[in-house]
Amino acid sequence: MGSEIYFTKEHEMVRKAIRDFVNKEINPYVDEWEEKGIAPLHEIFKKMGDLGFLGMRYDEKYGGEGLDYWYELVLLEEIGHIRCGGIPMAIAVQTNMATPAINEFGSEYLKEKYMKPAIKGDMVAAIAVTEPDAGSDVAAIRTTATKNGNHYILNGSKTFITNGTQADFLTLLARTSDNPGYHSFSLFVVPTKLPGFQVSKKLDKLGMRSSDTAELYFDNMKIPAENLIGIEGEGFIQQMQQFQHERFACMPMTYIGAKDMIEETVKYLRGRIVFGKPLITKQVLRHRLVKWLTEIECLKQLTYHIVRMKMAGQDVSREISMGKLFSGNLLDEMAGGCLQMFGGMGFMNEMLISRYYRDSKLISIGGGASEVMSDILSKLEGF
Amino acid sequence: MEILVCVKRVPDTSENEIGVNSAGTDIDRDDLVYSVNEWDNYAVEEAIQIVDRVGGKVTVVAVGDSESEEVLRREMAMGANDGLLLSDDSFGGSDGKGIATILKAAVKKGNYDLVLTGAQADAGAGQVGGMLAAMLDQPYASLVNSIEIINDKTLKVGREIEGGNQEMNEIQMPCVLSIQTGINEPRYVGIRGIRKVASVEIPVLGALDLGVSSGSVGSAGAKVKVQDYFVPQLGKGAEILEGSTEEIIDKLIELLKVKGGLK
Repeated sequence: MGSEIYFTKEHEMVRKAIRDFVNKEINPYVDEWEEKGIAPLHEIFKKMGDLGFLGMRYDEKYGGEGLDYWYELVLLEEIGHIRCGGIPMAIAVQTNMATPAINEFGSEYLKEKYMKPAIKGDMVAAIAVTEPDAGSDVAAIRTTATKNGNHYILNGSKTFITNGTQADFLTLLARTSDNPGYHSFSLFVVPTKLPGFQVSKKLDKLGMRSSDTAELYFDNMKIPAENLIGIEGEGFIQQMQQFQHERFACMPMTYIGAKDMIEETVKYLRGRIVFGKPLITKQVLRHRLVKWLTEIECLKQLTYHIVRMKMAGQDVSREISMGKLFSGNLLDEMAGGCLQMFGGMGFMNEMLISRYYRDSKLISIGGGASEVMSDILSKLEGF
Repeated sequence: MEILVCVKRVPDTSENEIGVNSAGTDIDRDDLVYSVNEWDNYAVEEAIQIVDRVGGKVTVVAVGDSESEEVLRREMAMGANDGLLLSDDSFGGSDGKGIATILKAAVKKGNYDLVLTGAQADAGAGQVGGMLAAMLDQPYASLVNSIEIINDKTLKVGREIEGGNQEMNEIQMPCVLSIQTGINEPRYVGIRGIRKVASVEIPVLGALDLGVSSGSVGSAGAKVKVQDYFVPQLGKGAEILEGSTEEIIDKLIELLKVKGGLK
């Protein structure tokens, strides 16, 4: 309700086009991909790229659509209706996690050679920051990139890398200096076909099962120096900015997925008769549902507020950190709460609610854990 | 080839749970999501493919209020060249014959070799195509599931016949065909297409422009009127299978075996 305040008819046409694609090309296959533990990303992204879904905000010069943040939001809302978390996450890696830094700081060469094919869906991208000993504590990363003539020599490993077994290139953060402080890191585009790259392991996860997640290994891997994104030593700062796009993407996918979860639950509660009455008639359950609906609406409105701030060119790190924190907290409470309302059926893997429950957990962990969001906010508040 | 495709804005059954309204006169239309009638979408795709092969132009036309413009624009984003909205307060409540009367007037204003409709729309009557052809005094083929161009005067069309049989016909143009789903695979609408048509003016023609007398269309001209609308009671022979999809499939196979449908 009220969406016409924010979205034009053209936005709504784009919304319908994406929804049509999701309903016909993605949702019918989700169960199969969840079972296999991987989705055919090259095939899916090619189709999405042909329709212009992977480069909403990017310059037309690179095959993008040159559209505003509201269109990006439409895409993120609609992929939120995919009946799992894994595929929306894989798409958001391509659009909001691995390519924004190339767009904002990359050379013409990198935009032409990597961003353009990513927008067209000819290349699958991944973001490689996390390491076995460095997750939300990004500055603790140990992977090194040492300058050697026209190359950098990459050594180390990355883990929990979404799209990791299929990616054609990684947007990777490595240490380029031993000096302490935040100016010792650089971002690179790392093509996975070069010698020295290895997918050491495909990881088995609690949820997001249709998304492949990998542990990657770099053994004296020679990367052309021109694959450096922006200025050497500024990678940490660039990645912190890129994280804003990633964390923002969590918000619409959360409120849309959460709303779908409530609808799934209400449908079940209407049909489930206990002690002679449908479960939906129980006040305690109805009150919990509307509490969550209220929180979903709050998150949605915060997201719309952020889009307006972005359109006005304002800094949104505070609001995005709040939104990411709120998303994780909401899903942590709601997914378990909804599953509880399904009783024993909720515990069955065949039920969609159990998938929502498993997939939801990542929102408070990935892309900067809730604790890290709280720390960022505390610092911003001057505590 | 000049092709006119008639399209209708209908409730999207994949987005809505359709129920009967409290008065029992229609479906409940509050908060419904609408989209283009599925059969019509196949017809538009077929028209675009024909024009891609032999050249020409595809025009999409809808009878409806201003909201119908969204389906015209969607089909134009898909690849139709022009749109035309037939809209007038007097058109409301038209029966099949009324709609065919309005469409006939629009066809007469152009110079179309081929007019396509969907085989049916949300009301399921499937009558507009046939009536339109009769009013235009043009040949007609229904349930068309393949079209081959023989020459600039003749088409070879396949028709889906009861029991999975197929019939092939030659038909002379100009003609009217009603298109069955499955004739092709309609393309998706992409961002470029949407942007291309976003600000295109779509002409609107009313009763006066079309030369249609208000007494012959709309509620005033309708000789078929819905009297009642309801969900029938379950009959004795009916059995609703319940459970998960897998369980329903197992039960259905078992039933078919028991009743002799599967051996």
